[in-house]
This record gives sequence, structure tokens and C-alpha cells, in this order.
Amino acid sequence: MIYLQLLWVFVKIGVLGFGGGYAMLSLIQHEVVDHYAWMSTTDFADMVAISQMTPGPISINLATYVGYTTAGFGGSLLASFALCLPSIIMVYFILKLFMSKKNNALMANTLKGLKPAIAGLIFAAGLSMMNTQNFVDFGRGQYNISVIICVLAFVASYFFKANPILLIVISGVIGFFAY
Amino acid sequence: MKKAFELFFSFFKIGAFTLGGGYAMLSMVEKAVVDQKKWIPNDEFWDMIAVVQSLPGVFAVNTALYVGHRVAGTKGAFAAMLGAIIPSITIILLLATVFREYRDQPVVERIFKGIRPCVVALILAPSLRMIKSAKVTWKTAIIPIATVFLIWWCKISPAYVILAAIAGSLIYALIIRRHETARRNTRDNGPSTGSGTSSHVSESRVPRQKEKEAKP
Repeated sequence: MIYLQLLWVFVKIGVLGFGGGYAMLSLIQHEVVDHYAWMSTTDFADMVAISQMTPGPISINLATYVGYTTAGFGGSLLASFALCLPSIIMVYFILKLFMSKKNNALMANTLKGLKPAIAGLIFAAGLSMMNTQNFVDFGRGQYNISVIICVLAFVASYFFKANPILLIVISGVIGFFAY
Repeated sequence: MKKAFELFFSFFKIGAFTLGGGYAMLSMVEKAVVDQKKWIPNDEFWDMIAVVQSLPGVFAVNTALYVGHRVAGTKGAFAAMLGAIIPSITIILLLATVFREYRDQPVVERIFKGIRPCVVALILAPSLRMIKSAKVTWKTAIIPIATVFLIWWCKISPAYVILAAIAGSLIYALIIRRHETARRNTRDNGPSTGSGTSSHVSESRVPRQKEKEAKP
């Protein structure tokens, strides 16, 4: 049963995963945390951190991780394969259709129109992870170190395009000394 | 068969050593496939990437599949894809088992208490960057706001929201294409009465070739 659910979830994400790794991350977050409740938001945040710090596509890393924690070794292989399955099918059936310049322009325009919605989707995923499980000291005492980390990391990432891995490492060091 | 092996190892190397996802990978793929092995000519490679960028799914996997298929058919496609994902799967499986052992250690817990708020920031930042690169105006700001409201507040599945957005964008893109064709016809047949306004409208909506930062 869990295998079927994993297959369904990740095939769906492979089909609807427009707009790159973070868009897929928000789809995975919804399915895994909100819908099936396979894990808590903290587990998911830890997974994202680890997936971000290791080489390879973040969505494959997440699929492997989610599959492993929900259904062991077999689950990890199944989830990653399910995520790739729509792509495999597309190579054969859609390649010819979209290799024509006319259709590719249509596809590119569709994606362009999709972008604002995808941005909203990713933002919603970030918002739903803003809770007291991830911000442990929020509302307790006067030092909200977690909020400070979040704001600083946001500024560094958004305005200065700081390397995410570096930010994760620095936040980990701050956490080690602060908590 | 030899080519399939070469594809596997090329993508394996790329998968094992690129941090930071799809776009970091792209220049390494270009170096391996276009410069070193000379499997695909440069302009054909970038045409192919333009198509792959607008497809759903994992960008690295899509790139591997298309390059592999182009170079060595079905065998090549699978070899390249497996090469791209096997390093990821192996590394994550190793880390997941280690993390499961040590996650309850107080030291690890402290470190991750610091990391979690950072992860939230790392998700919020690209979404706002995307809004900027999509050139959202005050008028079109309703789209991301409505998306956030539907998903975060109404708890509607993002799958439905994406499907609705695809339908909307496709209709919009089809309208652009019709305008384009109308404009081209006008240009070819010389200015005819009545088509002046429609050509003016399409002028402001000329579809540009997609920017590179479409997928962060």
C-alpha cells in the first residue's frame, strides 16, 4: 500500500513539476507533510537541509530520502524511479512534438505564464514551515534566535545570492552555540 | 554499447560532483558532451536545452535523458539517466542511515535547531526572486497572492492549482500565438485595414525566448 502511495505521489510530482527543484520541493512538502502526514515539518526541514548540502538534484535527493524513511531501501528506489518515470515517457512521446520551433515557443510561453503561480506555490511551502516546531524559541523569552537566523539567511540569500550550503553551515554553528 | 558506458560515466561524474542543482550542472554537461566528446554540436545542444527547460520533472534527469537518447538511443538515455541519479541516491541513502542513528544526540539536535529557520529562508528567497524574474506587476500580483491563499489558507492541493495555472497560461500562450500569426500575415500581405490594432497588441506581447533563470 505504502509502495503504491509513493509511486502515485512521485509520478504526480514528476508530471506537475514545472519550474525546477524548489517547485517540486513544495509539491513534495504538501503531499508528504500535509496530505499523508508521513513526517513532521521538522523532519522535512532536516531533509531539505541534507538534500541541499549533498550533490545532485534536490528533488531526487528528497524523493530518495522520503522513500527511505517511509518504506526503507525499496521505497527509496521506488520514489526516485517514480519521479523520473514521466520524464522517461516524455522523451519518447513528447520529444517529436516539442522539437518543432512553433510548439516550443508555445510551451515556453505557457511556462512563462505559469511562473507567478509557481512562485506563490513555493512561498506557500515556506510559510507552512514557519511554525514553532521549526522556530523553537519563538514566543519564549526575549531572544528569538531562530527568527534572527531566518531573517539574516533570507537577506543573505535574496540580496547577496549567498551560497545556500554556506548559510546552512553557519546556521548550524549558530544553533550549536545558541541552544 | 561503448557510448552508453561513456554516457553513464560522464553523467555519473557530473551527478557526483555538482552541488546546487540543475543549472550548476549545465555547464559541466556542456563541457563533457559538446567540448570533450563532441557528441552534439554546440547550437543543437542549446536548442535542446531550451526545449528541456520548459518540460516538467527533474531538469538534470531530463537533460540526461535527451542527451543520452540523442547520442545512443534508448540504451544511451537510460545509461545517462542512471549515471545522473545513482550518485544522489547512494549518498542520500548513506546519510539517511547515519542521520537516523545520530539525530537524537543533543549536539545534532542543537545544530539542526539552528538550521531549520535557515531552511525556511532558503525556500522563501527563491520564490520572491522568481516573482521578480517573472516581471509580476501590481495587476498580475493577484496570481501569486491567490496561489498562496489557496494553498496555505484553504489547504487546496498544489496539484489542482498547477493544473488550473497550466490551463490559464496555455490559453494565454495560444492567444499570443494567434496574435503572432496575425502579425506575420499582416507583414507578409502588406498592411490591410482593421488589422492595425491587433498587430499593435501583439507587439507588446512578443514572446521572447525564455531566460536562463527559469529554473532556479
